[in-house]
Amino acid sequence: MAAHRCGLSLVFILIFSSLACHSSCDSLENANEDTEEKQSVSDTPREVNSDGSIAAEDLNERRGRSTDAELDRRDGTRTSEALTPAAAARDEFQEELVIRPLHSGDIYASFQFRTLWDTDFLQEGQKVSHYRLFPKSLGQVLSKFSVRELHISFTQGFWRTMQWGQPFIPSPPGAELWVWFHDTVSDVDGNWKELTNVLSGIFCASLNFIDLTNTVQPSASFKPLGLGNATDHRFLRYATLPREIVCTENLTPWKKLLPCGSKAGLAVLLKSEKLFHSSFHSQAVHIRPVCQDEQCTSKAWELRQTLNVVFDLYTAGQGKKEWSLFKMFSRTLTEACPLATSSKVYVDITDNPEGELFELSPATPLLSQAVVLGDRRTYSVFDLTRAETFGQLRSLNLLLRWKGDGGEMLRPLLHAERYVAGFGLQTGEIHTVIYNNHPYRAFPVLLMDSVPWYLQLYIHTLTVTSKSRDNKPSYIHYQPAKDRHRPHLLEMLIQLPPHSMTEVTVQFERALLKWTEYTPDPNHGFYVGSSVVSALVPSMVAMNTNFTQDQPLFSSFVPVKEESSYFVRVYTEPLLVNLPTPDFSMPYNVICLTCTVVAVGYGSFYNLLTRTFQVDEPSLPLAKRLANLIRRIRGVPLLT
Amino acid sequence: MAAPLTLLLIVAVTIRAVLFRSSLAELISARVEVVSPLNAWKRVVEGLALLDLGVSPYSGDVFHETPLMIYLFHFTVDYAEIVFIVSAYFVDCLSCFLKPLDRAKMAINSNYLKSDLLFNFPGCCELISWFITIIVCLCFCKFHFLCTCKYTDVRLCHQIADGITALALYLSIQTYNKDVFRKQKYALESDRYSADCLELLRSPKEMFYIPLKVAMFYLLNPFTILSCVAKSTCGLNNAIIALFIFCTLKGSALLSGILLALATYQSIYPLTLFAPALLFFLQRLYIPVNLRRSSFWFFTLQYAFMYVGSLVVITGLSFFLLGSWDFIPSVYGFIFSVPDLTPNIGLFWYFFAEMFEHFRLFFSCVFQINVFFYTIPLSIKLKEHPVFLIFMQIAIISIFKSYPTVGDVALYMAFLPAWSHLYRFLRNIFLVSCVLLACSALFPVLWHLWIYAGSANSNFYYAITLLFNFGQILLVADYFYAYLRREHHLTHGLYLKKKDGTEATLVLK
Repeated sequence: MAAHRCGLSLVFILIFSSLACHSSCDSLENANEDTEEKQSVSDTPREVNSDGSIAAEDLNERRGRSTDAELDRRDGTRTSEALTPAAAARDEFQEELVIRPLHSGDIYASFQFRTLWDTDFLQEGQKVSHYRLFPKSLGQVLSKFSVRELHISFTQGFWRTMQWGQPFIPSPPGAELWVWFHDTVSDVDGNWKELTNVLSGIFCASLNFIDLTNTVQPSASFKPLGLGNATDHRFLRYATLPREIVCTENLTPWKKLLPCGSKAGLAVLLKSEKLFHSSFHSQAVHIRPVCQDEQCTSKAWELRQTLNVVFDLYTAGQGKKEWSLFKMFSRTLTEACPLATSSKVYVDITDNPEGELFELSPATPLLSQAVVLGDRRTYSVFDLTRAETFGQLRSLNLLLRWKGDGGEMLRPLLHAERYVAGFGLQTGEIHTVIYNNHPYRAFPVLLMDSVPWYLQLYIHTLTVTSKSRDNKPSYIHYQPAKDRHRPHLLEMLIQLPPHSMTEVTVQFERALLKWTEYTPDPNHGFYVGSSVVSALVPSMVAMNTNFTQDQPLFSSFVPVKEESSYFVRVYTEPLLVNLPTPDFSMPYNVICLTCTVVAVGYGSFYNLLTRTFQVDEPSLPLAKRLANLIRRIRGVPLLT
Repeated sequence: MAAPLTLLLIVAVTIRAVLFRSSLAELISARVEVVSPLNAWKRVVEGLALLDLGVSPYSGDVFHETPLMIYLFHFTVDYAEIVFIVSAYFVDCLSCFLKPLDRAKMAINSNYLKSDLLFNFPGCCELISWFITIIVCLCFCKFHFLCTCKYTDVRLCHQIADGITALALYLSIQTYNKDVFRKQKYALESDRYSADCLELLRSPKEMFYIPLKVAMFYLLNPFTILSCVAKSTCGLNNAIIALFIFCTLKGSALLSGILLALATYQSIYPLTLFAPALLFFLQRLYIPVNLRRSSFWFFTLQYAFMYVGSLVVITGLSFFLLGSWDFIPSVYGFIFSVPDLTPNIGLFWYFFAEMFEHFRLFFSCVFQINVFFYTIPLSIKLKEHPVFLIFMQIAIISIFKSYPTVGDVALYMAFLPAWSHLYRFLRNIFLVSCVLLACSALFPVLWHLWIYAGSANSNFYYAITLLFNFGQILLVADYFYAYLRREHHLTHGLYLKKKDGTEATLVLK
């Protein structure tokens, strides 16, 4: 144990020295950054690590996690490869944390970890067995199931768009999984089934409850976010589990996918006792193919791990509007992940240009501007790869103290909510309300609803009204449910008039299920997953359509195709619907009673069919019959 | 005779029209007792909406009507007037076709049936009454049109269906009564009845109003009215079955076969009516039911060919209309495997909701076989009385089918006046009527308690369906008993004596 600790401190010393060296290199580069190739930027940390100690440490750690025998066999060759900078250059890892003080007094913290894996995934039949930064468990999944794109999110709580604005990466409550398969896959459903079971194991979640009854193939709402423009939605599968509870056991495997685990870098902040003591918690994994560079000469797998959390420090902190990293996470930052090419903390100070609203300490001279979600925001940047960020104490504890009340928040341009109307357990009506808060622009939205089969939708009762006028959807894709086989899928393209409220209603009937099909708490109700509203919302400022490497991660997730609009996805609340229930204690009684009635029917018909009418001749009493027996023996006339 | 019938039809149409206009219509059309997943109008509209969206109505699990039905309604919604005229002409032609047939028969019969005058088939009278009703219907329909409702004209369709059913039943029972009377006459002349059963014989006077009563029992039965106001397609199925009975009793084997095929195609269960229809034709043509006679086999095969042939044609037609066989599992698979457990007045829903999974297949087989099972023993027992056999079969179907509604119950209840002469032998008619009335009142009450108030649970509603079915079984069994007993008395005398001369009691042994 002592030897181990000794080794660890040695490693830390090495890391610090390398970081110091790195920052000096970085500042040198900043002088002539425009002429510098991207290649060299990403090369920098590798060059710093060229003494081999970090790479070796990394490999040892990864080998400890891997149980694959093959990996061990190839270890010798791998180490030598990793040591040569040219071969190691292509994979890279970035991490960042964005902190946005919300107008409600809550704090929104968004972590993003991006791992690029340079491998030629499009070639068929090529077995990839070389893993550096990319987690092997996911890499194997990708190649085994011919996955083209994979998005999975686990969310606890509901994102309040009207109070908090738009999140960087939205996610519905519960678990959501959507996957694009390669178009060479023949048995998509089979692959999907296996994939969900494997992911269920990887993330310790109940994804194995995803089956055909809650899987849909949206025709327009979920386009691939990465390279390639696949349009055949037969290769897309989408499923949500709105009932899924997210907790520590999901966080731990998620953290293990990070190259540094939770040992160094931003991930040290991810302590579950604090993360799950929050108003909203969402963790996600997004895997997609992307371009390595602007010209798209080489492609790579991108793994984005995101974790969004909203802390309600206002009520927890006895009404004082004040937060710090330590208060939020019970940790402070001491270092960047040594494997990361960039490691930054952004604090949104757009609303506080003069420092009149809040005070941020330590102060940082670095400012960054980014156009995100149709808005130009200003951020204070803390670069963890620089030693001076940590100051004298060798630790960074951001502290923000509010001075006054926050001003009015800009209303989100697109907002949606949903509820169930009606009473009783026979019928009901789903109302989806979509708000367009743009003062003068109309824009179309795609509404997608996936409703379980036990709520029988009546599509002829579908009404779409905006400004109390009928608003006929220009496109409707409807797939009715099959009992116990597949859910309803309803997709509509609706034009939202400016500054309006659009209401979509559809009636449904509640089915009575078999007693074994109810959940253990049937009177709690059944969850219906969120509706998904996807839209290109007109932007207030020109969006950045250029592909640049140095964009912050949070602003570069969804590719921007045009300057005038940006893509937004809004999830509504999941619904909780009660169904009529049978009496669960009755199976034997019901079987007996119903069979009795059927038997009464059978018996009375059988009686009438097989017997004939006869005159009833009453038999003699017993005494007379005995007497007759004796009389017969005696030969005397019988009694009648 | 035409005047009361016209009056009856007009009253019936008025009641329905008033209910259609009232706010009750929506309430009634949501009642689980009145509509089932098979015949709910809401689901027909859903099927039409799916067709409009370009989605096959059978791709989902909401629509379970047959393809012909959906295309009929697709057509009706667009061309209400034409359908209306066609329906009128259809009935018109039917009557015209049957009239000469009837006249010819009457000419033969009148030689030895003097009292047949009472039953003189007044074809034109019925026709006139029918036309008056149609005109009234049309007026209501125009009225509805003015109220601009998209599917209004379909109400007319349902009213016509009810009218057709009642009229067909009316004419059937009229024909049947004539038959009964003729047979009774023969039997009397050949001294087949025992001497003291004269009071069991039926007089033309008491039989005169029976057809009207039958029509009234159907048209004014609250169950029928509810079913019609809910626009349940059960009314159309009833019309097909009533027309089938009518054609059978009129002796038209081809039409009978076609209509039976249509009824089978609609809801598979009327398949069991094949046996009584065959027995009726055999009896009518004086062919004894003897398996060794070639004439028996010849006619049986002939009729079976008509039936199966039209069934194949209808099914093929649906295939060509739809372009796929999707409707087979969606309609017939749905009837047999009972996947939809929405409560109804039948025995299936709660039984299969509470069933253990590994017994499900076994019990669904048992319950479905139960419906068809009684056909053969009943045919053997009642081979001399095919019309009563039809009644028994319809009753058994409506009790034991997988998705029964009150519309099905109304069809067999319409026959009850035809057996009014059995009244003296019924054992527990009072009890049964009380049970049925009480259950009909309790259905909505317990439903409300379970679904809306939340103060009762599913067992309450289940208990009342059990009792309702128990009452129906008792009723049918009672009529069966009474029928057999009357037949026994007719041959053995009404006042049976024991050996010692005291009054004897009859028992089943």
